[in-house]
Amino acid sequence: MLADFIETIVKILVVVVVLLTGFAYMTWFERRVIARLQVRIGPNRVGPEGLLQPLADGVKLFFKEDIIPAEADKALYLLAPMLAVVPSLLAAAVLPFGPDVTLFGRTIHLYIADINIALLYFLGLGSLGVYSVVLAGWASNNKYALLGGLRASAQMISYELAMGLSVLAVVMLTGSFSLVDIVEAQAGGRWFVLMQPLAFIIFVITMLAETKRAPFDLPEAEQELVAGFHTEYSGMKFALFYMGEYIGMIVISGVAVSLFLGGWQGPFAEQIPLLGVLYFFLKVAVFMFFFVWMRATLPRLRYDRLMQLGWKVLLPLSLANVVVTALAVVARDTGFFGLLG
Amino acid sequence: MREYAVLGAFLLVGIVLPAAVVIGGWLLGPKRANPVKNSTYECGLETVGETWIQFKVQYYVYALIFVIFDIEVVYLYPWAVAYNRLGLFALVEALIFAGILVAGLFYAWRKGALAWF
Repeated sequence: MLADFIETIVKILVVVVVLLTGFAYMTWFERRVIARLQVRIGPNRVGPEGLLQPLADGVKLFFKEDIIPAEADKALYLLAPMLAVVPSLLAAAVLPFGPDVTLFGRTIHLYIADINIALLYFLGLGSLGVYSVVLAGWASNNKYALLGGLRASAQMISYELAMGLSVLAVVMLTGSFSLVDIVEAQAGGRWFVLMQPLAFIIFVITMLAETKRAPFDLPEAEQELVAGFHTEYSGMKFALFYMGEYIGMIVISGVAVSLFLGGWQGPFAEQIPLLGVLYFFLKVAVFMFFFVWMRATLPRLRYDRLMQLGWKVLLPLSLANVVVTALAVVARDTGFFGLLG
Repeated sequence: MREYAVLGAFLLVGIVLPAAVVIGGWLLGPKRANPVKNSTYECGLETVGETWIQFKVQYYVYALIFVIFDIEVVYLYPWAVAYNRLGLFALVEALIFAGILVAGLFYAWRKGALAWF
């Protein structure tokens, strides 16, 4: 019992520390890569290759004044940045980041919780993420912030449907919501991206929209809305929005990897568990690069186009994908292909 | 139940962390408030009129369609999870259901609810 307790605490702490470090170094990584893609150098002064830059930024933000606008709704203004972090952090609990490890004679599962509704839990927390943006935009009592908040909420709910439906196709193939089961089902290189390429593409597009990243970064749209919903935020509260966004990126990449790219699966991952963890992080890192690459490549969508894409393209496509998957599964199970051949 | 207790512990950490960050920033940062600094930031211009007004109705329409479709998608979840065991019967049912979904989407589309103006 005590050992269980200690194991849980250690796992939670490790995941939180890894996510926070990932967040800090993602800011560095993004600035360096964006700089390279724009033929600049990027931050390289603080420490070797600028590696201490995130630390310096963190210290700086801690010592910045915490301004609360006189006109703001104080309670909600305080609550919103915290709400930005909680859901994206919590979603990490259901990610399997490696195969079972045997340590000191105990079998340790490399995930925090394996609940049978893991995907619903993830989608639910994704929806909760909207609240921080809307509340921040509204509570700031600033016109730019309000516009940013409203745009964000409309955008996130529009893309959530397509995301939910693209995930559904994978659920139909495995018959489980648990990410642990879904990763197990992809053993031996049978990655779901091969069976569900369309669902994968839809998931990746909606993933960019859900995390409010370019080319769907309308809520922030610095050229027209200053900083959108977090215009009035400063100091650590400002940093919390970024923490929420980057942790959200890492976690959603982890979910994408688990759903479509085999999670921690890879050659020899079963024999050497550490290799599995390494595969998982490498796959996530590819997605992180993809996020930055898209930001450097694609211009921002116009708002009406963004809504049209979500409702008139992605939603019908993902629905069609579910129907086609349903037909294919029945054809497989009833031996329809067998009758033909 | 054990797994949910673990999630509860994780929730606790998830709440304490941002709260600690905000409190830390509040303790360490300077506090030199003045009326100009605390005024609404709108690129140096004085803010005109109310911010909390009745706003573009289109957002509301989208929210309404979303609620309808989200519930319909939620109904598809239990179906998907049991799909392996249900076979042909579930397929026919789901096709009818998806047909209704598509009809609903098409209706909203034709009514102009998906247009942005």
